[in-house]
Amino acid sequence: MRTFSGKALSWELRDGAIELVLDRAPCNEIGSLTLGELEQFITALKSAENEAHALILSSARKEGFSAGADLRELYRELQGLAAKERARGVRDFLERIHRVMNALDETTLTTIAAVHGIAFGGGFELALACDLIVADKMARFCFPELRLGLIPGFGGIPRLKRDIGNAVVRDLLLTGRSINAAKAQSVGLVSQVAAEGDALRVARATAAQIGKFDRQTALAAKRFIKPIPREELQREIEIFCELFTRPAVEAGLRKFVESTDPLPYLP
Amino acid sequence: MATLDQTTDEILQLAAKHFNVPAGQLRPEDDFFKKLGINSLQTLDLLTRLEQHFHIELPDYELQGVSDFRTLAERVYARL
Repeated sequence: MRTFSGKALSWELRDGAIELVLDRAPCNEIGSLTLGELEQFITALKSAENEAHALILSSARKEGFSAGADLRELYRELQGLAAKERARGVRDFLERIHRVMNALDETTLTTIAAVHGIAFGGGFELALACDLIVADKMARFCFPELRLGLIPGFGGIPRLKRDIGNAVVRDLLLTGRSINAAKAQSVGLVSQVAAEGDALRVARATAAQIGKFDRQTALAAKRFIKPIPREELQREIEIFCELFTRPAVEAGLRKFVESTDPLPYLP
Repeated sequence: MATLDQTTDEILQLAAKHFNVPAGQLRPEDDFFKKLGINSLQTLDLLTRLEQHFHIELPDYELQGVSDFRTLAERVYARL
């Protein structure tokens, strides 16, 4: 497990913490390549849990942590498929990404997302699977899915509900707006705000602190306070799959892929 | 409290500094997308800096249809 260098991400064991670094242009969009390498990581993670005390997720892309699902790939893959095949393809992808997110959520390691720039959609959901989020002051969090006629499908709603008040969850879901790191901290989502460019250093310092304590105790505490909302996660998949069949979603995706702007649904 | 003109000037200075454009080249009626050469990601960056500078929260949907500095300043000013 010591090191891996793939096309979308890499990992290495460093000072007792596994550092998983996302690095796929333009902004770590999560498509089949990233999903495949995340699945490889999850397989390797099991054996690494005895060698480390923490897992830090970060991004090497200057644009940010992750812009979420690779909508361009999704649109491309769906072309020419019958409705039934499309539905099966989407469900298969969701179930695979949920297995990854659940494994991150459940790992015995203490997990820290070091976020800079945008953590949108699936990128936000990746951060939410972690125990702690450290964000640099320029980070922004968003669930833009409603703008595309969808809801978050990678487990974001149950995990966000687990962490913050329902009113804030409704605000983010129903307006699709992004919030900055200071706001995210004020509502309890982000545990520390770092200077611009300093999230990873702060995450490493936090991991070092975590490493001082007994692992069994830390694990008992984590299991106690961080339940996995399995039924809601499955329900989210079902709702997403139902919504996905609607014509408005294909129209939203088409508009997205026809634009040259990175986030065409935003001002 | 600052006036709208003062707020506009501060925004022009902040944008010029961050996007490396000579301050004197930016005017309130300029289209900031074209003048600064920015895309949506960089617009969010600008939004964050404005929120920090003015100590406000400005939902990004309030920027829909906004492309000039003067109108941007009006949105910011309304939150002061």
